[in-house]
Parts: sequence; structure tokens; C-alpha cells
Amino acid sequence: MAGSTLEIKNLHVSIEDKEILKGVDLTIKGGEFHAIMGPNGTGKSTLASAIMGHPKYEVTEGSILLDGEDVLEMEVDERARAGLFLAMQYPSEISGVTTSDFLRSSMNARRGEGNEISLMNFIKEMDNVLDYLEIDKNMAQRYLNEGFSGGEKKRNEILQLMLLKPEIAILDEIDSGLDIDALKIVSKGINKLRDENFGCLIITHYQRLLNYITPDFVHVMMQGRVVKSGGPELAKRLESEGYEWIKEELGIEDHTVEQNA
Amino acid sequence: MAKNMPEIEEYKYGFHDRDVSVFRSGKGLTREIVEEISRMKEEPQWMLDYRLKALEHFYERPMPQWGGDLSELNFDEIVYYVKPSEKQGRTWDEVPEEIKRTFDKLGIPEAEQKYLAGVSAQYESEVVYHSLKEDLEEMGIVFKDTDTALKENEELFKEYFGKVIPATDNKFAALNSAVWSGGSFIYVPKGVKTTTPLQAYFRINSENMGQFERTLIIVDEGASVHYVEGCTAPIYTTNSLHSAVVEIFVKKDAYCRYTTIQNWANNVYNLVTKRATCDENATMEWIDGNIGSKITMKYPAVLLKGEGSRGYTLSIAFAGKGQLQDAGAKMHHLAPNTSSSIVSKSISKNGGKVSYRGLVHFGRKASGARSNIECDTLIMDNESTSDTIPYNEINNDNISLEHEAKVSKVSEEQLFYLMSRGLTEEEATEMIVMGFIEPFTKELPMEYAVEMNRLISFEMEGSIG
Repeated sequence: MAGSTLEIKNLHVSIEDKEILKGVDLTIKGGEFHAIMGPNGTGKSTLASAIMGHPKYEVTEGSILLDGEDVLEMEVDERARAGLFLAMQYPSEISGVTTSDFLRSSMNARRGEGNEISLMNFIKEMDNVLDYLEIDKNMAQRYLNEGFSGGEKKRNEILQLMLLKPEIAILDEIDSGLDIDALKIVSKGINKLRDENFGCLIITHYQRLLNYITPDFVHVMMQGRVVKSGGPELAKRLESEGYEWIKEELGIEDHTVEQNA
Repeated sequence: MAKNMPEIEEYKYGFHDRDVSVFRSGKGLTREIVEEISRMKEEPQWMLDYRLKALEHFYERPMPQWGGDLSELNFDEIVYYVKPSEKQGRTWDEVPEEIKRTFDKLGIPEAEQKYLAGVSAQYESEVVYHSLKEDLEEMGIVFKDTDTALKENEELFKEYFGKVIPATDNKFAALNSAVWSGGSFIYVPKGVKTTTPLQAYFRINSENMGQFERTLIIVDEGASVHYVEGCTAPIYTTNSLHSAVVEIFVKKDAYCRYTTIQNWANNVYNLVTKRATCDENATMEWIDGNIGSKITMKYPAVLLKGEGSRGYTLSIAFAGKGQLQDAGAKMHHLAPNTSSSIVSKSISKNGGKVSYRGLVHFGRKASGARSNIECDTLIMDNESTSDTIPYNEINNDNISLEHEAKVSKVSEEQLFYLMSRGLTEEEATEMIVMGFIEPFTKELPMEYAVEMNRLISFEMEGSIG
């Protein structure tokens, strides 16, 4: 079987007793690129965090399975080692920990005890990816995300993605705050991973990222649900016509989560 | 002291036993004990007089009522003088399991473990010791234990001893002055710059880890030295009081860095007085790590007496269950254009308490002086606490003083981020803590940095959940 399968069924998620996701269904297979689009406040980032297991988000109903295994039973680190990855919208800063130390620890955590990468191989692999993403090599010796510009943080997320080689990646607004050159580089990195063993869920509310990364499936989220799915042509139509037509079609007045409670 | 020639069998480790006679003063502190200590050490009369005067002051001086609670410290329960060989008085079986475990975690060889735990005699590698000693002698550097220095370098000794920390300075300086034993004595002649740190070659020397050691360092004009002492292994002692005095003289254009890491067993009161004085354009740096102990009260000080002199204190304190680390620094700006910097990093967990207590004083002559204070605390859980108690005394209008204090917790977001890359909660927490102390560990010589990291990692174990 090529690649992994992430199945999300009827997912309900609350934060501080307020329901944000109200029954999301979505299946991502190895080799597939999915894009989730939608205006702000519709639950896209909540879906990303809930899949990875952020402690603030409580799953109240539904299931998430990775190759049949119950993801909701796993700790955050177990999800990562099982092959999930979340490129974060706002990555944390960790003072005193160099980016390269962190990268190596993460790679070794994924590889498991007794199978650690040698220092030489690590440096070689890291340098290759740094070059590919046109990142200054000094970044490896800087403290993780500390004092990084928005663009540097995003590239660092893609650097991690490329080194950790997950089965399924979720990219939460990886395009926000990027200028066009940075956007091209980030897209180049993501496209390089495209093969039958890699599945990807791209969350964005701008269509422009999808000019560089062509999704196989496009989903629109409103009111905490996936309200429409289609192929790449759906993204094109959203770009030219906006979201209004979907709201009209579905009889939605306010697309945000709040108004549907 | 007679030395046995090493047996061939023993020599493969490069160690040998020393044959020493044993003396142990009774419990409690009397004039007779002080006289006995001085007599055993065959000291000159002036030192005995000095000790006795200090003893009087110790008796008169009340217990300090600030900092840690010292009310349970019973001076009558303490043994004031133990000859090194007496420390063989226990067996390996008696050493607590937790201490043994820490030794193992730190990767300390068994011979050294036994020594550090006080169950075996003073091991030191004669070969290493002698070659080091010869190199230093060639440069004119005097580096010996303080007792020997009093015998062999009495004039130099007398000129500086007790001059920056008089016996009357505080109750515990008085106590040390009365009963001191061991410690290091260093003299670096004019213009001599050492390139590698002067390690306590006796990392494993008992005198150096005594309860009341006395260290005296003189760095002459234009000279430079880095002295490193202590070790990250837990210092296991059945005695409950450690009260050292460290005096340092940094002459014109000279540089001194004093690095110490101490990890006391958690029954120990660690009450230490450390002070340096800087002449014109001199630099003094204290790098000070405090782990373990029941209560630590320690505030390395620099008297910036000479124009343009600089003082720096970088300290780390780690307090676990039932522990108080009351540590900080004192900077006295007594001359124009002097500068100082204090960086204090502390971590508390499992109900531990850490306090930064610092004094920055600007005298009337301190025009153009500046000081920068940075206190960072990392609190690991809700039972643990931290305090920042800065005192500033400013008698001059033309100075600059910056103070920055930051208290942080390991944040949920940081943990989520690291764990989402596959690190366990424990590994993630450890990584955040290591990052927090990195400004300290990066200043340590390599082998100490490695040990320090292992130790913190060990201290962090089991702190989750």
C-alpha cells in the first residue's frame, strides 16, 4: 500500500466549552494534496490543531484514524512519531536551543532509539535542505525561531517538514505574511515532497498559494464544517468570485462559527 | 605526611593511597578546638591570634535574620575539623542510593565516585599534578592549597589574607576565619597570562571541598587567570554546614574569572562569602552555579575601586523540593567609569524556592558608572516560587542603572511545538530548561558544561506529571 491514510469522521471540537468544529469529515491519502479554504473564523486552524492534539482543543465527538489507528488516543509526540506533522501558523520561540540541535533531536525522535542519524549525515542533509530553501546557513546556529522574521519562521517550518518526512502533513496558513519570493520558495519545498507516500492538507484563505501548489482536492469550510468540496477548479472559482456564491447556494448568512451556535 | 609508594596493581589507575594520621575535633565549637586546629597545622602565632579574635566575633554576632531560615542550624552539632583520611570512616554501602545514582548518571568513574562519597582516600594523579605544577612554576605562578601557602609563602599570604573580607564581615565569615582549613591559594605575577583555566587539579582533593575552605587569589598587574573549582557531582557529607570564604585581588589592568559549580547534598546549609576587589581597569568575573543544598545564601561581590574597572556575575541557581536558593550579587561602584553586569538565572521546581537578592551601590566618586542587571526565573510548577529582591544605593547623579526581571513558565505552546516534532513531554521540557541555562553553560569549560547538562537533565527527571 502506498502512503498512509488519515480519516477524519464527524469531528466535533470545543475550546473552553465553545464548539468550533461541528462535524468535519475528510479523508487524506498518501499522494493527495488537499486544500482547505474559507474565510477567517470558520474553524480551519482549529481543525489543524485538533488533528495534532493541542491540549486546548477538546474533541467531543467523532474520530481521527491514521491507517486505522486511533489518533485521539495518542499523545502529541506519539502522533508525530506515527507520521503526522503540523507546520504552525505561529511557531514558538525557544531561547537557548539552536535550530540545528532541535532539528537533530526531532529527527532522532522520529527515527527511534538505536537508529539515530550520525552527525555528519545530519549536517549533510540539513545543508542540502537549507540550500534548497535558500536559507542562510547561520540560521542553523541561531536559537529556534528567536528573533526570526515572519518569513524565516515559515521557511523554518518547511525545513522541518522536509527533514522529518512525515506521512501526512498539515500546513496551517504557511503562506501568511510571505512576500512573493518567499512564497515561491516555500511552495518549491512542498512540491518537492509530492509523491505517492506523502499526503498533505493545506490550510489557507488566499488562493494565491494554490497558484504554486496545485491541489488535487479543494474543500471550503464555513460554520465549523466542510460545506463544499471539489477539484482545483473550485479554488479558481473562489478566486474570481469570492465566497458569496457558496453562501447563497447553501443559504448561509454568516459563515463564522459563532452565528451557528 | 608519609606517602606509600604505589603498588603496581594500584598504579594502573594512576592513583595511590596516602597514609595519614587521623584527628577529629569533637562536636561544638570552643576556644580549645580552635587552638588545637592551629596547633595541628603548626601555624604561626599571628594566625592563631587571628583565629581566636574571629571566634570571639563569631560568638558575639547574632544570626542573620534575613534570607533563609537558619533557626534549625545548630552550631553544637557540627564537627569543625576533620583530617581528610577521617572521611574514609564510612563504607560504600552507607552512601545513599540517590547519590550513587547521580554519580552513575554523571558518568563519574567508580574510583572517583568512592572518593567523592567520602569512602575512600584522597586520590590524585601525581603525574598530572606534577607536570601542571612545573608549568605553572616556570611562569612564576603559585598554586597550592591554602595551608601549604601559609607555611611556604607567609609574607605574601599575610599581606592579603583577610583584607577584603575581614573576620568581622559577617557571622559566617567570622566562623570561617576561626576554623578555616584547606582551599586554594593562587598568585599570578605581573603580566603573566594563563591560557588554560587553572583547574582545581584537585577536582578530587578533599581539602578543597572542605566545609570551611579559604581561598585567596592575587592577580598582579596586567596578569590574567581563570580559576575553576568544584564539580557537578553531589558533594556528600554528613556535616550540615559549608561556610567558605573566597578573597580575590585583581590589580591594575588584570583579569580574573572564577568559575564554580557546587552541588551539595540536600541537608547542607551553604553560606558562603565571596568578594573581589578591582584596581584601575581591572576585570573580575564570577561564574557561579548553585545546585542542591538545603539553604544557600551566596552573593559574590566586586569592589570596583579603580577607575574603569569592571565586574561581572553570571549565576545559576536550581532549587528543588525543600530547597531555598537565596543567591545574587553585589557590585560596589567606588570609582569613576566603573561598570558592572549581573545576570542571574534561576529555576525552581517541586516546591523549591529561588530568590535573587542583589545590591548595586554607586558611591559619590562613581561618576560615569553603569550597571546592568538581568534576572530570569523559570518556574516549573505551581508549588514552586521565586522572588526578586534588588537593592540599589545611588549617591551620584551621573550613573546609569538598568534592571530587567523576567519570570517565566514552560508554556503550553512551547511544549506543543516541540512535542509536535516527536519529542516526549519530558524531552521537550528538558530542552526548554537547557535552553534557559544555555547562557551559563556556554561559559563553562567543556567538561563542566557536559556534566552540568547531564546533571540538570537528571534533576529534571520525574518532574513531569
